[in-house]
Amino acid sequence: MEGFMYPNEVELQWSILIVLYPFLTGLVAGAFILASLERVFRVEEVKPTYRLALLTALAFLIVAPLPLQLHLGHPERSLEMYLTPHRSSAMAMFGFVYLWYLMAVLVVEIWLDYRRDIVCLAESSRGVKGALYRILALGSYNISPAALRIDDRVGWIITLIGIPSAFLLHGYVGFIFGSVKANPWWSTPLMPVVFLFSAMVSGIALVLLMYMVTCAIRRVAIDMRCLDTIAKYLFYTFVIDFALEMLDLIHRIYESDESFRSLDFMVHTRLFYSQILMQIFLGTLAPLALLSLTQMIGFPAAARRRIYAIASVFTLVGIFAMRWNVVIGGQLFSKSFLGYTSYKVHLITREGLLPAVVLMILPFAILYLLIKILPPWQVESPVGAEMHGDD
Amino acid sequence: MNLNRRQILLLLPAAAVAWDFLLAGNPEGSPNYKMSDHWWGMLIDIAKCIGCGSCVRACAMENDVPEGYFRTWVERYHVTDWHIENPEVDSPKGGMDGFPPGKTEGGKNFFVPKMCNQCVDSPCSQVCPVGATFHTPDGVVLVDYDYCLGCRYCIQACPYGCRFFHPQKHTADKCTLCYHRITKGLTTACCEACPTGARQLADLKNPNDPIHAFLKTHAVQVLKPHLATGSKLFYNSLDGSVR
Repeated sequence: MEGFMYPNEVELQWSILIVLYPFLTGLVAGAFILASLERVFRVEEVKPTYRLALLTALAFLIVAPLPLQLHLGHPERSLEMYLTPHRSSAMAMFGFVYLWYLMAVLVVEIWLDYRRDIVCLAESSRGVKGALYRILALGSYNISPAALRIDDRVGWIITLIGIPSAFLLHGYVGFIFGSVKANPWWSTPLMPVVFLFSAMVSGIALVLLMYMVTCAIRRVAIDMRCLDTIAKYLFYTFVIDFALEMLDLIHRIYESDESFRSLDFMVHTRLFYSQILMQIFLGTLAPLALLSLTQMIGFPAAARRRIYAIASVFTLVGIFAMRWNVVIGGQLFSKSFLGYTSYKVHLITREGLLPAVVLMILPFAILYLLIKILPPWQVESPVGAEMHGDD
Repeated sequence: MNLNRRQILLLLPAAAVAWDFLLAGNPEGSPNYKMSDHWWGMLIDIAKCIGCGSCVRACAMENDVPEGYFRTWVERYHVTDWHIENPEVDSPKGGMDGFPPGKTEGGKNFFVPKMCNQCVDSPCSQVCPVGATFHTPDGVVLVDYDYCLGCRYCIQACPYGCRFFHPQKHTADKCTLCYHRITKGLTTACCEACPTGARQLADLKNPNDPIHAFLKTHAVQVLKPHLATGSKLFYNSLDGSVR
């Protein structure tokens, strides 16, 4: 501790788990928005990543509430948020936005998109696997061209609803922080917009990486047209995200209100590594420079692949650092603007590094399972499967 | 009555709940107290505070406040000349044991007692996801400990640093304005213990409360007025350097 803090402020309230939460939901929103590009705006180039992006979004969405649950003083009461929500609370709405997004958008869209495959797999699999697919089919075995056309149309509508929902999901996470008037580091109307664009950036980078990794594991050639298009989108959204963050920064510096000296000191000391080095230089300027190079210079495919991979990893590190700087940074200074505290991550405690690492690995394990159950690549229909079409 | 093992196993949890209920006893009643007749706040006269820490000790004892956390505390300010934006502030152990000798040269010293501002438009109750932090009809902000999730959003939202996470209850905790006392016609523990009368409980709905005459004749301020929280903690002779 340095200077003066209100005595109750010395202890940090929101830990690394709360850093994970906006990071995970951001990846969900970003992955979904990329997937919806193909569906709604008919960007054919990104089609190879469509299903992978949806499954990635689902895997991360399943894990997203877990850090919150672990963090609560009384997790057994968390259901109260659904049963007796306080309507003026931004946080109370989380449960509903989350459920809406999970059940009404993502799960339905994935099911509709996979229905044909599920039916084919139910026909061709035996034993437990067969039973699983028969359950997933929900008794709907009609895969006639007419039925699939309806699936496609309904899926399109769901995606159309899904885009504003994804915006809502992550914009609202930004609002949770942006609406805290007591905290000048958080309180800005730009926060939801910055969160949204950084979410898109991180989600696109993640899907790009996942696509490259899955292609490498499956030993299939990477579709460079797809990769180039995703990288282009990553670049564009990143430019907007960076512009917004710089706007926020310049505004703060120029306005220099009562909190500025305190925040400025923090950025130059306690947040120097995570904000200046990790977020701005490594996590933003470096990937932006790399991506802009690929836009200007015609590198060979192998070089482009490497650059995209490096830029994506840097981007993910940078966005994680951004979440860290918002959540942890917002608690390091006193609301009296007269002092600073520090945050020490514990290793094996309920809100320590270990659970955070586990929660970061868990979505990948879930994604692995999802890919095993619902392969994102085309399933060959067994002979005669189409015959059930007119049941 | 013959009970088999299965029936006993079923009855045990019910008996445990019943026993718990018996042990809890009846909530204290305040038969002569009518909530709609009161609107509570507090007056703090900075010029009268001597920084003895009696209020902090009394509060901790009365409300069983865990060590290291504070429902009320006292800050000491040292402001030199015109450096109103750079006060030197300390509050060792929340001022509980008083203060060691401070700087006497080149500036002014004064003490500022702090506590929950009992805001009318309280940011803490606004953000609570389940409404566990609520306003009583007589103007006190309270926490329902049996309902609070322990998400700590309210602690983030309080601009005055008045809330903390109770290490045993695992819920948010804060000053209750000694609600268990004021509803029985007593004053708060901190006001009771203050030897100089620097703290005065104020009933803003009671026309006979001396607060009204005081507010009419003194330059009174609230903390961080730009945040428009509707604070009912009124400070007399508050220096501009106080945050």
